[in-house]
Amino acid sequence: MMGWMRPSRLRELGVVGMNRRNIEFISRYNDRRLYPLVDDKLRTKMLAHEHQLATPTLRLVIRQQHEIRRIAEKLEGLQGFAVKPAHGSGGRGILVVTGRRGERFVRSSGREMDLDDLSRHLSNIIAGLFSLGGTPDTVIIEDLIQIDPRFAEYSYQGIPDIRIIVFRGYPVMAMMRLATQVSDGKANLHQGAIGVGLDIGSGRAIHAVHFGRRVHVHPDTDAVLSGIQTPDWQTLLTLAARCHEVVGLGYIGADIVIDRDRGPLLLELNARPGLSIQVANGCGLLPRLRQVEALANGASAGERVAWSMQAFGEAGLAETGAGSPPAQGTGVPAA
Amino acid sequence: MSRVLFRGLILFLALAGLLIAWLRHADTGMPFLPGKQAQVWILEARIDFVADGPVMLSLNIPEQPPGFRIISEQTASPGYGFSIVEEDGRRRGEWTISEASGPQTLYYNVHMVADRDAVGGEEVPLIRRAPAVLWKEPELTAARQLLAAARARASTPESLAREIIRELTSTDPSQNAALLLASHQRTDLIERLLHDTGIPARISMGLLLKDARRNQSLTPIIEIFTGKRWVAFDPATGRQGMPDNMLLWNRGDQFLTDLVGGYDTQVSFSMIRRAMPMVNLSSAAHEGGRFRLLSIHTLPIEQQSVFKLLLLVPIAALVTVFMRVLVGLHTSGTFMPILIALAFLQTTLLPGLTTFIAIVAIGLLLRSYLSRLNLLLVARIATIIVIVVFLMGALSLIGYQLGFNTGMTVAFFPIIIIAWTIERMSILWEEEGPREVLIQGGGSLAVAVLAFVLIDNSLVGHLSFNFPELNLVVIAIIMAIGKYTGYRLLELRRFRAMEERSP
Repeated sequence: MMGWMRPSRLRELGVVGMNRRNIEFISRYNDRRLYPLVDDKLRTKMLAHEHQLATPTLRLVIRQQHEIRRIAEKLEGLQGFAVKPAHGSGGRGILVVTGRRGERFVRSSGREMDLDDLSRHLSNIIAGLFSLGGTPDTVIIEDLIQIDPRFAEYSYQGIPDIRIIVFRGYPVMAMMRLATQVSDGKANLHQGAIGVGLDIGSGRAIHAVHFGRRVHVHPDTDAVLSGIQTPDWQTLLTLAARCHEVVGLGYIGADIVIDRDRGPLLLELNARPGLSIQVANGCGLLPRLRQVEALANGASAGERVAWSMQAFGEAGLAETGAGSPPAQGTGVPAA
Repeated sequence: MSRVLFRGLILFLALAGLLIAWLRHADTGMPFLPGKQAQVWILEARIDFVADGPVMLSLNIPEQPPGFRIISEQTASPGYGFSIVEEDGRRRGEWTISEASGPQTLYYNVHMVADRDAVGGEEVPLIRRAPAVLWKEPELTAARQLLAAARARASTPESLAREIIRELTSTDPSQNAALLLASHQRTDLIERLLHDTGIPARISMGLLLKDARRNQSLTPIIEIFTGKRWVAFDPATGRQGMPDNMLLWNRGDQFLTDLVGGYDTQVSFSMIRRAMPMVNLSSAAHEGGRFRLLSIHTLPIEQQSVFKLLLLVPIAALVTVFMRVLVGLHTSGTFMPILIALAFLQTTLLPGLTTFIAIVAIGLLLRSYLSRLNLLLVARIATIIVIVVFLMGALSLIGYQLGFNTGMTVAFFPIIIIAWTIERMSILWEEEGPREVLIQGGGSLAVAVLAFVLIDNSLVGHLSFNFPELNLVVIAIIMAIGKYTGYRLLELRRFRAMEERSP
């Protein structure tokens, strides 16, 4: 049985598989009509802005190829910025400029590029190189996110982001994704990022995996992962929970980053969030989703967050005995 | 829809399929297993012509071909009178109508069963002596020298015929052979040379039998008379004897069709192999009453051949659903594996697999160059389509030069599908790296191979073609899988790290 799980054991742990996610959650709670709201990052951003949810400040939108010619003057005065395709997924096409050196731009990887390189990248985005099916796309240029100094040692390039599964408006599970050298600054677990399960009650790290195996320290920085404590946790959960009202989807993954100066900011929403968050948390989603399914409608975002923190927090779970992990098994042991 | 209603629907579909199949079995005697039955070839000659006034058309039809037994014959020809006439000891079907104009289509349909013991009729040649042959210079000298060389290596009429054919089919023909071939058709030339040596010879036409083929034409066969009987040779290879899958359609240099009152005659053949219970052979022409309207067998052979292939698609779809939903394999393009599996039916597995991988690999290499040109998507895929066509041409050519017949069947791969596969794989390569390309490409091929193994199985082919109602059962299974919320097989590995946290 090395490396394989028995189905009965997975069921015991409450792990949701791809089929169950598709049939019982995505197709039941997510109205197809609403998908475009989250598939287009620009629309998500506008909607979030209307509802006063904090997002990275929008600096520039480029829709046409000819606008690229005047990009130099438009970017004047911006030291650092992030370039994103509106329809990109999985971090594709994202370019982060951290500063300037004379005429040249310095990227987060430390490499430099000139204006021509930047223009070509913008042109590729608009031509649809990074969008699904190659349809023409839009460029979004946003303010650079300033990494919170408390996280600096946990990430190799890139800024850690926090994925929260929000079901019917209730935050049910959370993980932080840390880029590594192997993942090339990307935050996808299957590309080699570290997934750190976060306690819904407190925002503390409870478990961490890298390439499907449990880890305790960051392979590049040697930082002890159990030391992670997300600041502004309740604000962050509230931000995620309010996304439910904003887009109307029942089962979403909210991606949030923490800015040094502005606090938690909503990056993007996902209508088909992956299942590896369960591996990162070492805990199945199903019991939590079933608990939320039993609740009535109508609670406010604040009430929902309070309920989730109580019901799914490590303290709450230990108290009621709900969920699988018992109290003494929790926490990443200190090195 | 409520769960009970859904389960009822599935149960109903499955039971209906099984019940109809059982009724058909009881009614027509069609067995469920392909074992105890004769392989019947149903051949259909389709004659197209443009009529102009009173029409009299005759078609040469087979008579006691060696190795086969005729079970029944039919014609489909609205308004035409039909009769079979013996003419110089040969059988011809004759259609007549007093007035017709415009394009006409006539069908002649014959059921044959392969029978090794069936000896061909007409053992005595109509021509007892070879006719005299006249050559012009310089062909005379060339023919004399070629025959002298062939005679020197031969001892019997059979070996002489083989030697002549070998001379004329060699990849590196002698000067004499090249000179003769320049002004004669090869088959005619072989006959002429044989006559020159005094051996009675004739060109007959045979039909190569391959299951579910359409638009086939006859191939020439050289026959020589050895004094006792006619012996056949393949003019392309010199192989002696009639191949097992060759049906002698007409003997001697007779016109296949003869048309009065029309023009533009075209004859094409369709064929299909069907298993038929031995007991039913005698009544094969008219099938059981109740199921006559429900039977694909009442369609023209041309359409039946198409359906025989189409009816395999549901099984292949089931395999795809199974592998994706229950096993969790990734495939590129949801139903691409089905089309690949159908293509494998024509190319057979190993050559098909090799050529497919070769085409996609070369296509990927060329596509990586295209991506640097920054083309629009539609133009890019159109370019890849053209490249794929060229690649297929090149592979066919190479295969042919190397002497593999299989190279030629490459054309059965669906070009558009291959072009899309290359495009998808190439994007996947850029975004996720070669590993993911191998996973998805391997997944697609694994599903295709599994589907091929199933649809190539004789039992599956027999059931799907003779009991098409069993597809209701297939639908029921597919729908049931569509409601499966349990784990996929590969998820048992994906979530293996879950065990580590729990005590």
